[in-house]
Amino acid sequence: MPLTPVLTKRFGTDQPWKIENYERLDGYTGLRKALGMPPDDLIALVKDSNLRGRGGAGFPAGMKWQFIPQGDGKPHYVVVNADEGEPGTCRDLPLMMNDPHSMIEGIIIACYAVRAEWAFVYIRGEAVHAIRRVTAAVEEARAKGYLGSDILGSGFNCDITIHNGAGAYICGEETALLDSLEGKRGQPRLKPPFPATNGLYDAPTVVNNVGTLASVPYIVLGGADWFKEMGPAGSPGPCVYSLSGRVQNPGQYEAPMGSTLRELLELAGGMSRGKDLKFWTPGGSSTPMFSAKHLDVALDFDSAVAAGSMNGTSALMIFDQDDCVVRAVKKWCDFYLHESCGKCTPCREGTYWYVGIYQRLEAGGGTIEDIATLLDLSDNILGRSFCALGDGAVSPVTSSIQLFREEYLAHVEGDGCPFPGARALVGAH
Amino acid sequence: MTLPTNSDAGRENFRTSVIQLDRPGDPSVFGEQTRAEAAQIIARYPAGQSRSALLPLLHLVQSEQGYVTSDGIAFCADILDITKAQVSAVVTFYTMYKRSPTGEYLVSVCTNTLCGMLGGDDIFAALGQTLGVGDNQTTEDGTITLEHAECLAACDYAPIVTVNYEFFDNQTVASAHKLVNALRGGERPMPTRGAPLCSFKQIERQIAGFHTAETLAPDANTSGVPTEIGVHLAVERGESAPSYAVERTDARTAEASAARAASQPTSAHDAPLETSASDEQHPQDSGGAAEPEPGKGT
Ligand SMILES: Cc1cc2nc3c(=O)[nH]c(=O)nc-3n(C[C@H](O)[C@H](O)[C@H](O)COP(=O)(O)O)c2cc1C
Ligand code: SF4
Ligand code: FES
Repeated sequence: MPLTPVLTKRFGTDQPWKIENYERLDGYTGLRKALGMPPDDLIALVKDSNLRGRGGAGFPAGMKWQFIPQGDGKPHYVVVNADEGEPGTCRDLPLMMNDPHSMIEGIIIACYAVRAEWAFVYIRGEAVHAIRRVTAAVEEARAKGYLGSDILGSGFNCDITIHNGAGAYICGEETALLDSLEGKRGQPRLKPPFPATNGLYDAPTVVNNVGTLASVPYIVLGGADWFKEMGPAGSPGPCVYSLSGRVQNPGQYEAPMGSTLRELLELAGGMSRGKDLKFWTPGGSSTPMFSAKHLDVALDFDSAVAAGSMNGTSALMIFDQDDCVVRAVKKWCDFYLHESCGKCTPCREGTYWYVGIYQRLEAGGGTIEDIATLLDLSDNILGRSFCALGDGAVSPVTSSIQLFREEYLAHVEGDGCPFPGARALVGAH
Repeated sequence: MTLPTNSDAGRENFRTSVIQLDRPGDPSVFGEQTRAEAAQIIARYPAGQSRSALLPLLHLVQSEQGYVTSDGIAFCADILDITKAQVSAVVTFYTMYKRSPTGEYLVSVCTNTLCGMLGGDDIFAALGQTLGVGDNQTTEDGTITLEHAECLAACDYAPIVTVNYEFFDNQTVASAHKLVNALRGGERPMPTRGAPLCSFKQIERQIAGFHTAETLAPDANTSGVPTEIGVHLAVERGESAPSYAVERTDARTAEASAARAASQPTSAHDAPLETSASDEQHPQDSGGAAEPEPGKGT
């Protein structure tokens, strides 16, 4: 498997976030080409490329664009999901900090394709440096005539509003994001209707991830077949794998979809402290964890599902034999409890009971029934929650019990966490 | 089956931690300039959609008062012509809206699983002890508010600490101590990635969307080893994505391609180094030559 930097290819060059440098490295040539094409051809091109959404669910981007009703007389919107908050996920922020123009170029092309004149970039509020870079880049693009009215003499008008969040993971869920963008609590909406018909301000709206849109200029330049040269046909293109945790060289590795952890680990110099791999997430904490048995699973949208998990955000958090899986899951449960929006009972209450049980499994006082209770709770959350956050909270719990039941039992038998030093930290916050 | 009791959570019941609405709130404490800036925020959104301005407006009032007070809530309600209850419902939903006075520096320690297990939990506990504060509490001198944060999208630089949301990467207990000591001593250490530090109120102003050429920090560091490791490795290994030809429609880019810098990482089509496509003397057939080319001296 070769490395195939596309989205990350300008990283490390001389100030790639500045427009002159971006233009020098092919920047905005995709937009020029796109503006010379009929919008429907662009939608067909993106459909042909089989670009699947990089935000986690892997929904085909071209199909999403095609769902936007045309000739309906309503304004259309493109909303960029830059709320990056899934634990382990760290690729949209570096992209916006280093190469914001590729995202902006993708946004303008997407707007042109779906006949939208107004795009919103919803950036998580904590990401101040990405906010600066994107703000400056939008100003530069406007000054150069890539944004505004009659873009490059094409007659097409388009502008971008940057909207900064205020700290809420759930606002990454696309309908919660839209409510948040409308100035409300970020709580998910009932689907259907989908954003494609009833999105922002009840108008047809495309919601796409940063990486999805940043891929578009390359597809316009390289063509659908070029894109499909990388990765499997059903899930093609380059994938930015983010390796973190117990690896020698954590970071962003862009390789074809369908790469395996074995290959990626080798690139990253192996495990970091001479200990064996124990558990890892293929796509953030909301995707069921894998173990050393899964080193050769192809990490693309379809193969990861076939192996019992998901490609998610291709965020590979890697842990070794000295890491307590119960402690790891407890901390993820803390996260889901904190971030549950409270709208529906299974998730709001379920995450609360999860934390209580994990607390005592770690601190001492856990019982054998607690493991059964965790599974019972999981049954009542999975598929019964209003949005995918609840389902995501279940993933680490059930997958870890499935793979590491003995370690749970050791917590019960040993009356607390058997790993040195862990107990002292339970409830530290 | 034994169910845990409420006390098992072992913490203050977060569900009752609502905002202190001790008095009705007075919108007039904000002056003409704030009203003008509020109008600028509203103008970012389509006509008739002023409520979209609420999140940035709350960042704006927080930038003036250091937290969201009942005055700030009243001001936002007044400006947007919605009820204070509607505004409060939003304020209490989002973590970044602070409900009590915040220090000059908000120190956030990521204690999500990845950072926490790589040392973030120790850092959070140690800072709490040194500063004598718990989660979301402020030191007596008003310099530092400590909080634990959820994943800050920088796990490849774990463990992460941020000061007013600027990244301090790969922290240890010792480096975090050094950091807070410097802050308390009146220094402003440079973030690993991010702009030079400012105060909490000033950063909230930026988050409200008010920037100057200086606060945009166009030359501030943005990157680090983990960000670039994949591209550098690709160069080292001589690997790249499949190539494609770029049709040039603009002389400006062709000229620029001739002037590009020497040490660039790999690209989608940097392979044809021996062909005319990579010959800078012939930019008209440049094909993919506007791509960065590793190790190519000029
Ligand atoms: C709890 C939750 C959090 C999410 N967070 C994000 C996020 O931060 N960024 C993102 O792009 N998608 C996120 N998503 C997925 C979005 O709902 C949506 O599928 C995505 O933005 C669509 O874009 P794409 O098709 O380009 O991937 C999240 C979903 C859920 C359920
Ligand atoms: S699953 Fe959780 S986050 Fe989603 S609507 Fe229900 S309570 Fe809110
Ligand atoms: S877990 Fe700390 S930045 Fe992601």
